[in-house]
Amino acid sequence: MDNITATPPQTFDEDVLIKEQGYDDHFHEHHHGDKYQSNFINHYIFSMDHKMISKQFLSTGIFWATSGAGMAIIFRLQLGFPEESLAWLKPLLGKWIVVNDAGIGTLAPDFYYALVTMHGTILVFFVLTAGLSGTFSNLLIPLQLGARDMASPMLNMFSYWFFFLSGVIMFFSLFLSTGPFSGGWTAYPPLSALPQASTGSGAGMTLWTMSLVFFVVSVLLGGINYITTVLNLRTKGMSMWRMPLTIWAFFVTAILGLLSFPVLVSAFLLLILDRSLGTSFYLSDIFIAGEPLLREGGSPVLYQHLFWFLGHPEVYIIILPAMGLVSEVLSVHARKPIFGYKAMVFSILAIGFLAFIVWAHHMFMSGVNPFISNFFVIFTLIIAVPSAVKVFNWIATLYGGNIRFTAASLFGIGFVSMFISGGLTGIFLGNSAIDIQMHDTYFVVAHFHIVMGIAAFFGMYAGIYHWYPKMFGRFMNETLGKIHFWGTMIGAYAIFWPMHYLGMAGVPRRYYSFESFDAFSHFDEMNKFITIAAIIVFAVQILFVVNFFYSIWKGKKMTTKNPWGATTLEWTTPVEGIHGNWPGNIPAVHRWAYDYGKDGKEYIPQYVPLAENEVDGGGH
Amino acid sequence: MATDTAPLDHDEATQSENDAWDGAAAPFKASYGKLMMWYFLLSDAFTFAGFLIAYGALRFSMPTWPVPDFVFSTAPFGIHEWFPGDKAPLIFVTFMSFLLIVSSVTMVRGVQEGHRENQGGVVFWMLLTVIGGAGFLGCQAWEWSNLIGVEHMSITRNPFGSPTESGTYLMADGNKSTAEEDQFIAGSTYLIHKAGHGHGHGDDHGGDHSGDHGAGHGEAQEGEKLFLAQANQMVDESGVDMANIPIGGVNFPCFYLDEQGFIHRKYLSEENEKMGVQEYSKQEFGPKAFGALFFFITGFHGFHVFSGVLFLVIIMLNVASGLYVKRKNGYEMVEKIGLYWHFVDLVWVFVFLVFYLL
Repeated sequence: MDNITATPPQTFDEDVLIKEQGYDDHFHEHHHGDKYQSNFINHYIFSMDHKMISKQFLSTGIFWATSGAGMAIIFRLQLGFPEESLAWLKPLLGKWIVVNDAGIGTLAPDFYYALVTMHGTILVFFVLTAGLSGTFSNLLIPLQLGARDMASPMLNMFSYWFFFLSGVIMFFSLFLSTGPFSGGWTAYPPLSALPQASTGSGAGMTLWTMSLVFFVVSVLLGGINYITTVLNLRTKGMSMWRMPLTIWAFFVTAILGLLSFPVLVSAFLLLILDRSLGTSFYLSDIFIAGEPLLREGGSPVLYQHLFWFLGHPEVYIIILPAMGLVSEVLSVHARKPIFGYKAMVFSILAIGFLAFIVWAHHMFMSGVNPFISNFFVIFTLIIAVPSAVKVFNWIATLYGGNIRFTAASLFGIGFVSMFISGGLTGIFLGNSAIDIQMHDTYFVVAHFHIVMGIAAFFGMYAGIYHWYPKMFGRFMNETLGKIHFWGTMIGAYAIFWPMHYLGMAGVPRRYYSFESFDAFSHFDEMNKFITIAAIIVFAVQILFVVNFFYSIWKGKKMTTKNPWGATTLEWTTPVEGIHGNWPGNIPAVHRWAYDYGKDGKEYIPQYVPLAENEVDGGGH
Repeated sequence: MATDTAPLDHDEATQSENDAWDGAAAPFKASYGKLMMWYFLLSDAFTFAGFLIAYGALRFSMPTWPVPDFVFSTAPFGIHEWFPGDKAPLIFVTFMSFLLIVSSVTMVRGVQEGHRENQGGVVFWMLLTVIGGAGFLGCQAWEWSNLIGVEHMSITRNPFGSPTESGTYLMADGNKSTAEEDQFIAGSTYLIHKAGHGHGHGDDHGGDHSGDHGAGHGEAQEGEKLFLAQANQMVDESGVDMANIPIGGVNFPCFYLDEQGFIHRKYLSEENEKMGVQEYSKQEFGPKAFGALFFFITGFHGFHVFSGVLFLVIIMLNVASGLYVKRKNGYEMVEKIGLYWHFVDLVWVFVFLVFYLL
């Protein structure tokens, strides 16, 4: 522990440099009394300070991650051990546990689907979108760019509170007597459009839609803020080509969200009309219990197009911030400049662009024209190119590095491993010919859990372990962190690797029971194994949560401003974290963010002026 | 607060040797507030794009679609009666659109007066803009109430149908009419009337269509009025209880009265006539998606106009109170609401295109 956080061999006279060379924005002339943090409510609840909002996003995200993962454990128990009694869950789940005459309790099938749906919705939107991008965009954009705060701290606060409201509504839906929505996180009509279609399609779906509309408001408020801050509030000398890759990733993520979430709102508003006012945008030729409905002329495939126009960029909204965090963490802990900075930036931009023209690869089996599939197959496979560029650059960054194996850097390395494994199966699924076989099987479940679930979590963990001292002024426990890493790394592969085999054998996802499918009975043991692995991984995550909250109060204190010896500006702010971030001038920037091991110095922070005849790295 | 944190304008002079992208400057020469408005508008454009794409997808999956020149050919105060065949195709909506576009012009003047720091001028031109926006909303309210109240269109019912084949209507005795005005062509549009409404005499609602033909067939007006009068009389004489029409509707020689009281005229199609088949067809309702899409998309746009008018009024009052003079950032707020207002106008151009022109 001590060797990795020791004060680096050479120091820079930070205070003098920032004072003399820094950028005076006359901030303190306007801020005599600190109106932001004057009392408990302004400081901890309705805070407009980006650092506090970031912590709010993170803690809310942890709450949702724990709930969402807990749901997965419950439905995995039913799937892995259908003959064992779940009656012990009755105090928690009440009537959703059905106890038969023999005293064997099973999960009600309706509720199984509801749990699967909630698990997906919560993890995709609340944890990996808000919890990941919300946390780190808020924390790092102003700090790494040298800004006092976001462009509009007020909208930033609203962004969090809309997210909170959306979460409250979703949470309420769990307690409905008919249960939460149960038609899958993609909410395809007709299950989502007809309140009478299934138990969860009534009030559960109404709350689900309301919740997500508020969520989109939150994402848009946040995104507009992030983009504007990156464009307008960079400190003196911080050109676009000197921005750390984290900022590039958050910037492109915000653009993706800004352009794709509004289309989801379009889709949802039309869905709400179909549900409550009897229109037929998505419905045609529908029978319920043999009775024809007077709904005609609509198209369920229209919903899928509108949904996946968001849905596909959404997976990049999830993975790009993780990529940005990992790039930074790997470079800092390998003590090497990031390999191919410009190539990394162009890859992020290319992924961001391609994200918008591949959505129909989720719909090869929805009855779209096979010739149109050709187009989407080609662009889907082209995404492998920028992705591979990034993977090779991470590996090249690590290669020959003087790597410090901290929990943060281990999760960074684990991210690269997960991204490779999950990315390769993406190439399988991107081919429509193979997708026709694999569609809606456990192969798909394995693919996206590894590539955007586990990988994004690894990126998030790398970020949390790395920037925890910045957020809380203390370190997380490294030993627990390493147990957390190895448990998650091995456990996650143990869960998802076998699922590829299930999928290739044709085992369909989302099924409550395989009792009546003899062909799949030999996978019973494998399903048990997967469930046990999932429980172990869940337990390891609880260890992380304990470590997280324990360390807030009892962790080892951060004594120096820059414990990791990083070059970026967030490590020049006071340990205690003040409103406005820097007590005096804002540091001015003179070089790119990755001067490690240059000219015989271990690292050179961004605020250090270029020496005579010194050439700036990166984009210059 | 936020304005304080934005390191804008301070070092513009000392930064001149640098590129605008090198930090501590606004690369697009726009403050953070204006940039945010631009990005909000960008995202809103995608919402509207989602709706218009849904419109396109649904419309072009339908075999027929009502002809807008026929559907939107009524105007308040009986103004459409000044036009040939009592039909004023797109006249009213043209007036509406004109109001909205002109309100953009007055908005531009308001922003210009803002740059000149002329408080009174800003208030004056913003007031005109508010009047234009409110006028547009009033027109839309009339258009909707006419479509809903008089013509019985709703989000689940579209009384504007289009035959896919040419043909000739039947006469009261159930035989094919010989009158020229009772012939119609494929792709034209008719309105299915409700019995007991819009008898075609005097037009007391101030806005019922009385025609069954597409544009250019206005001379057939009289035939349609005669038919409606006749049909209503036949319904009255038949003793059908209009409050309680039997399930399955009632069949008359020249029309069919459905359960909700709509009169579906019967006709002999050209095809059947050629083949010598004496099989009659009846008018059907048009695609439901027309009503749903029309009310939803114009409604969503109208909601934008309504919010815009609200914000215009608030900002106008702020201008009048001298708030922006105190803030010393010029009339930037007026510029921002101006951006929004022009956007709403621009969206209307597209909505107008797809519903009224195509």
